[in-house]
Amino acid sequence: MPILPLQLDEVGVDIDGRRLLDGIALTIEAGPRTVILGPNGAGKSLLLRLCHGLVGPSTGTVRWCGDDARQARRRQAMVFQKPVMLRRSLRANVLYGLKLQGFPPDQRHERVADALERTGLTSRADQRAVSLSAGEQQRLALARAWALAPEILFLDEPTASLDPGATAAVEAIVNQIHGAGTKIVMTTHDLGQAKRLADEVIFLQAGKVAERTAARTFFERPESEAGRAFLGGELMW
Amino acid sequence: MQSPPVNPTLSVSPKRVEPRCVEPKCVEPKCVEPKCVEPKCVETESLMSDFVQAFGLALHLVASFDPELVDIVGRSLYVSLSAVAIASFIGLPLGAVVAVYRFPGRRAVVVLLNALMGLPPVFVGLMVYLMLSRSGPLGPLGLLFTPTAMIIAQAILITPIIAALAREIVRGLYDEYREQLCSFGARPRQMVLTLLWDARVGLSTAVMAGFGRAMAEVGAVLIVGGNIAYATRVMTTAIALETSKGNLALALALGLILVVIALGVNAVAAMLGGASTRRYA
Repeated sequence: MPILPLQLDEVGVDIDGRRLLDGIALTIEAGPRTVILGPNGAGKSLLLRLCHGLVGPSTGTVRWCGDDARQARRRQAMVFQKPVMLRRSLRANVLYGLKLQGFPPDQRHERVADALERTGLTSRADQRAVSLSAGEQQRLALARAWALAPEILFLDEPTASLDPGATAAVEAIVNQIHGAGTKIVMTTHDLGQAKRLADEVIFLQAGKVAERTAARTFFERPESEAGRAFLGGELMW
Repeated sequence: MQSPPVNPTLSVSPKRVEPRCVEPKCVEPKCVEPKCVEPKCVETESLMSDFVQAFGLALHLVASFDPELVDIVGRSLYVSLSAVAIASFIGLPLGAVVAVYRFPGRRAVVVLLNALMGLPPVFVGLMVYLMLSRSGPLGPLGLLFTPTAMIIAQAILITPIIAALAREIVRGLYDEYREQLCSFGARPRQMVLTLLWDARVGLSTAVMAGFGRAMAEVGAVLIVGGNIAYATRVMTTAIALETSKGNLALALALGLILVVIALGVNAVAAMLGGASTRRYA
């Protein structure tokens, strides 16, 4: 049973007295890969954290509307810009999330092996996670999320500090996870990546949703002034 | 008192005469001084040879596992290791809980823990003494002047140290882990357990800092233990006693062992710390 759609109703977030997100009204449906774009400081990461429940709304409501909404916490996962490596082996890193989310013990090891296999990390399963390179760490973070088989996966600039090869590997894994039926919501400031991955674009500007359109429309004829300026490379603040 | 005009004239004149008579006597010791120099030289020489002798004797005591020495070292380790075990059992979870949980007064607890790190051992000794003495609230237990009393005093002394260091270490890791653990849906209790496990290398250095402090401490164990031979005598109290008795050999032997233990603990801590930064950088 699904937990999606996710509904944000006139949500605002204040941090230290500043309104960083304002009047966000969005419904996120299962299906297309959604990419959140916008200049630095527009609130992309904050919007992801809000959706994932790491940050609470100051005004408005964030609601999971599916039949299984009560299970929302356990049916979503997130990958961060700087992956958090638990001070354990790769295998233990993947296992940890499964334990916390209450997967039955007899399923866990199969899921761990599966996730490491798909991200190409099987041969290093017993190494310490902190000994991995940045690209491998991000792949492990994806494996950890994938093992949970979430209904929706949030990714916060997952390739921001990676080289082109590692970026391509991460994009391929994201596509595989999407192919397996997981809704993808990610932020990026790499327009090339957005063009490669996005089915639809949510464009943020100064804490507000300036535009939400299909990816093709956004990149060919953005509807908002801000979107046109962003694609034109003009400075905005 | 109020008759000075009369008395001075009477008493001053004889007094003035007296010092003049004595003065020649004062000169004499000055003449003797050269004689005094010689014995001083002899004394320092014998002190030096005493020291060398004592050092040799100390090494002999250590090498031959002198029964009294072994007894004292064994008790020191027993008391301090027990105190560290108790202090870790309380201090590590306490530090982690203060680092993770949000509750009213948390800042006050942090300030208190940090302040208690500097608790003077003699004061702790005195408080424990008062609690355990015959007329004290815990007097009926009959614990005063037993190793157990010394363990209690040292545990009280180092629990805040271990807790404050643990809070610092766990807090650092928590800042890094927080979002990921929240994302996994971890509850605070699970976070505390995870952080205690994942910070184990750093926490072991906190435990060793506590152990070092316990081993080196004199004041508290002296007050509540009483430095009774073959009962409550530990290395630090024995060193203090034997030095004042002039039994430098035993004092030195104990001092050497104490230094070796202290350096050993610090070396292990440094190696663990170095290994952890290499692995976890």
